[in-house]
Amino acid sequence: MAGDRGALARLLTAVENRTPVAEAALRRLYPVAGRAHLVGITGPPGSGKSTLVAALIGQVRAAGRAVAVVAVDPSSPITGGALLGDRVRMQSYASDSDVFIRSMASRGHAGGLASTTTAAAAVLDAAGFDLVLIETVGTGQSEVEVAAAADTTVVLEAPEMGDEVQAIKAGLLEVADLVVVNKGDRPGALRTAAQLRAMLVPTVARIPTDRPAPKRPEVLVTTASTGEGVPELLAALDRHRAAGRESVGETARRTRAAAQVRAILAERLAERLQDDGVAPLTASMVDDVAAHRLDPYTAADRLLDAILRGRA
Amino acid sequence: MADRPLKVLIAKPGLDGHDRGAKVLARGLRDEGFEVVYTGLRQTPEMVATAALQEDVDVVGLSILSGAHMTLVPRITKLLADSGLGDVLVTVGGIIPDDDIQPLREAGVAAVFGPGTTIAAVAEFLRSNARLRD
Repeated sequence: MAGDRGALARLLTAVENRTPVAEAALRRLYPVAGRAHLVGITGPPGSGKSTLVAALIGQVRAAGRAVAVVAVDPSSPITGGALLGDRVRMQSYASDSDVFIRSMASRGHAGGLASTTTAAAAVLDAAGFDLVLIETVGTGQSEVEVAAAADTTVVLEAPEMGDEVQAIKAGLLEVADLVVVNKGDRPGALRTAAQLRAMLVPTVARIPTDRPAPKRPEVLVTTASTGEGVPELLAALDRHRAAGRESVGETARRTRAAAQVRAILAERLAERLQDDGVAPLTASMVDDVAAHRLDPYTAADRLLDAILRGRA
Repeated sequence: MADRPLKVLIAKPGLDGHDRGAKVLARGLRDEGFEVVYTGLRQTPEMVATAALQEDVDVVGLSILSGAHMTLVPRITKLLADSGLGDVLVTVGGIIPDDDIQPLREAGVAAVFGPGTTIAAVAEFLRSNARLRD
């Protein structure tokens, strides 16, 4: 675990910038990754994700384990700039070489992560950290991408953020392995937890199908600012990890593997699409679509045919 | 990789609690298209150097209004150099007496931005002087 932290940081930059060097490194690192527990932390802005991550770091270090954090904040859709503010709450570990914190801008990627977050987590995994915490941008209801990037997904809720109907809507809560009501010292925290527990119970007995059974997340209450409930959260993460080694996590790992291959395939296709030598989106084709002489579906199919044949 | 955003750490070392300026600059640089890591108040030199290392930033911007800049800044530039980050551009903003500017430059500071500096001027300086550390 000694390692060169500067080299690690520079490799993460290369991964973010999708350089050829990064891709070569990721190919080499892949066989040694897969040992860390990847934990996704998601929830609405201001629900306390960063504060909870900071509290978890303390708990994990007390247990003698090494921990890395990838914290994603949004990039401006207008200027491409970003304000990465998650470290503000995580400053107590500057001299601890078994803690590594890295901020990432989402760089135009929707879904709660940057497009390179999974790769960055794999680098930290391969670097030997026992636990890699992936903190998403503040999410709403449908940014479920983190569930494919993590072994265990923790969804944070703040007290009194919504009624029981919010809890039975499709989306984020469906992908939660653990639901945490943070700010447990605020009024209504226990009621919010009770409502979530009541609503997140299994529904009717299911006819066996190929579809995965709905998750039954454990609901915990924490006060990240004081550390209340954080030991219980780490214990729940460890339990989920242990259970996952047997069955659940295997599914998550297969889902992640498939998602990764598809994402890289989509990127490569997009790159070839940009390459006008392979599939020229000609000015006349653009004109035809703009003037409604050609529909965009037909135009796209023609380009796709050209790409798949490998010639224009 | 010329079109990737420059990454800037905005840090407030020392004990003064006035972070409005640092926050306004962080936000302004965001609007100028930089990726800005903001780390908050009361940073030790070690915290600043660790954040710069882990984040692999191109620029470290220090905001100091306490008068402790002659103590804090050389310590930070030394820690950066010791961490292999000697090529990171270091700038200082805040209340810095004119007589201290030259000694700070000698300690490795590329520019000192006093009150009244526009965000556009800071952005222009960073774009012209920071080297992308790929």
